[in-house]
Amino acid sequence: MEPLERYRPIVDDFEAFLAACRRPLGNAVRINTIKASVERATAALEEESVAYDQADWNPRVLRLETDSPGSTWASFHGFTHGQEEVSAVPPVVLDPEPGERVWDACAAPGGKATQLSALMNDEGTVVANDSNLGRISALRFNAERLGATNLAVTNADARNYSLQRFEFDAFDRTLVDAPCSCEGTIRKNPDALEDWSEDHLASVSGIQKGILRRAVQATREGGTVVYSTCTFAPEENEEVVQHVLEAEDCRVVDFHLDLEYAPGLTEWDGEEFDETLEHAARIYPHHNDTGGFFVAKLEVTA
Amino acid sequence: MSEQNDGQRFDRLPETPDERTVEGRVSREEVLEYFEDRFAIPPATFDEHTFWEKGAGKIWIYCGDAPTPIEIEAMGMTCLRTRQEHWKPTTDFAQRFGRHAEACVIELEREEARAFAAGEDQELEWDGDWGYLIAGHRIADGLEPLGIGLYVHGELRSMVPKGRQREL
Ligand SMILES: C[S@@+](CC[C@H](N)C(=O)[O-])C[C@H]1O[C@@H](n2cnc3c(N)ncnc32)[C@H](O)[C@@H]1O
Repeated sequence: MEPLERYRPIVDDFEAFLAACRRPLGNAVRINTIKASVERATAALEEESVAYDQADWNPRVLRLETDSPGSTWASFHGFTHGQEEVSAVPPVVLDPEPGERVWDACAAPGGKATQLSALMNDEGTVVANDSNLGRISALRFNAERLGATNLAVTNADARNYSLQRFEFDAFDRTLVDAPCSCEGTIRKNPDALEDWSEDHLASVSGIQKGILRRAVQATREGGTVVYSTCTFAPEENEEVVQHVLEAEDCRVVDFHLDLEYAPGLTEWDGEEFDETLEHAARIYPHHNDTGGFFVAKLEVTA
Repeated sequence: MSEQNDGQRFDRLPETPDERTVEGRVSREEVLEYFEDRFAIPPATFDEHTFWEKGAGKIWIYCGDAPTPIEIEAMGMTCLRTRQEHWKPTTDFAQRFGRHAEACVIELEREEARAFAAGEDQELEWDGDWGYLIAGHRIADGLEPLGIGLYVHGELRSMVPKGRQREL
């Protein structure tokens, strides 16, 4: 927990934050509406006597009271997919429409990419990309299991992603669920902070900036880009968005989310950020008893 | 018809056998006919979908935008194995589209479904055609497809791939 001390000045009720970070996280699943309605999926769970709690902010997210959420009929049929509750936030903020062209720049293993497909009723196109070939097989497996037929998988570095392989020259919406230091996954993965260092933050921040810049470039004017990480470090969050605000044609926009969260920061470590960064969301573990997440929504302006 | 199948890329299936330019490649028409003849899945089910071949005989179903040919990792899902005597649908296809099937669907009791999902073969009565069937069971007030089974000699062999098998 040592590295988290640096967030004492920015986190409200820091002791509650630390206490939440120490509590292990329960199992959550997302209902895959490509294969079953919320009613049908919950009926299947009830038949199997698997108790669940529906998230207030999203009826498609369930907290399950079982140790093996993968061994239910609902899971075998692809009605449900194991996905942390906050991990279901970025696709909801991106809010894609059926028929659109959507890019998931860092997609493996595909929890969010398949959620995007479902939000689009499996119509339109989701291009799910990841630079790590080893993780592509999990992405493919999940897409097929969940029945996402509008999803195409590519294996490339998102920082210089080429649209040449497709017929179109821009996406309507893009999700950048960036590789990060994963501080916010500490409740799932107690080793998450083991390799933590400021040097690591700096190097991963460089990659994040490159990916987010390319995402803005590859999205049409008026289109939407959502940037998310599962980490608290401002170097990987507000600072990345600030960099892209200065380098590309885009602005931060507000969004509505029925979850408790803190606003994005406008300064950190002597550095000032654009005041619109307040529209970003910092979801801390003690807010809604989840993992930690950062989400910012951008509109492409040229 | 001198072209050969290129295993590195996706090629969209020709509409009809007449438009075929690659040896041994099936057409969209034949794929739709197969699903209709074998499983009574109405061809209109696939109006929004395109079919592609990557890897000899491996057919993929997709509904997004893409030019042909295209070199990417995957598009939609593998749905059918052709270029062999008996065409074989995939488990994932059966789960996604099997609800539209009205023929060659074998309904399993809960214990039979459990064995099927675990990848086990079992002796079962079935007076329909032999060959590949869609196995389903009743769950949440509906018949839900589990996957593909091969029925021969009084036995249903589960074709659920290893990675999809579960002990339920
Ligand atoms: C946080 S994970 C994505 C999780 C995924 N969105 C999901 O919901 O299942 C970040 C991913 O970014 C990938 N990645 C890292 N650097 C990348 C790059 N330069 N271009 C594309 N993907 C990259 C990693 O391989 C990793 O799979």
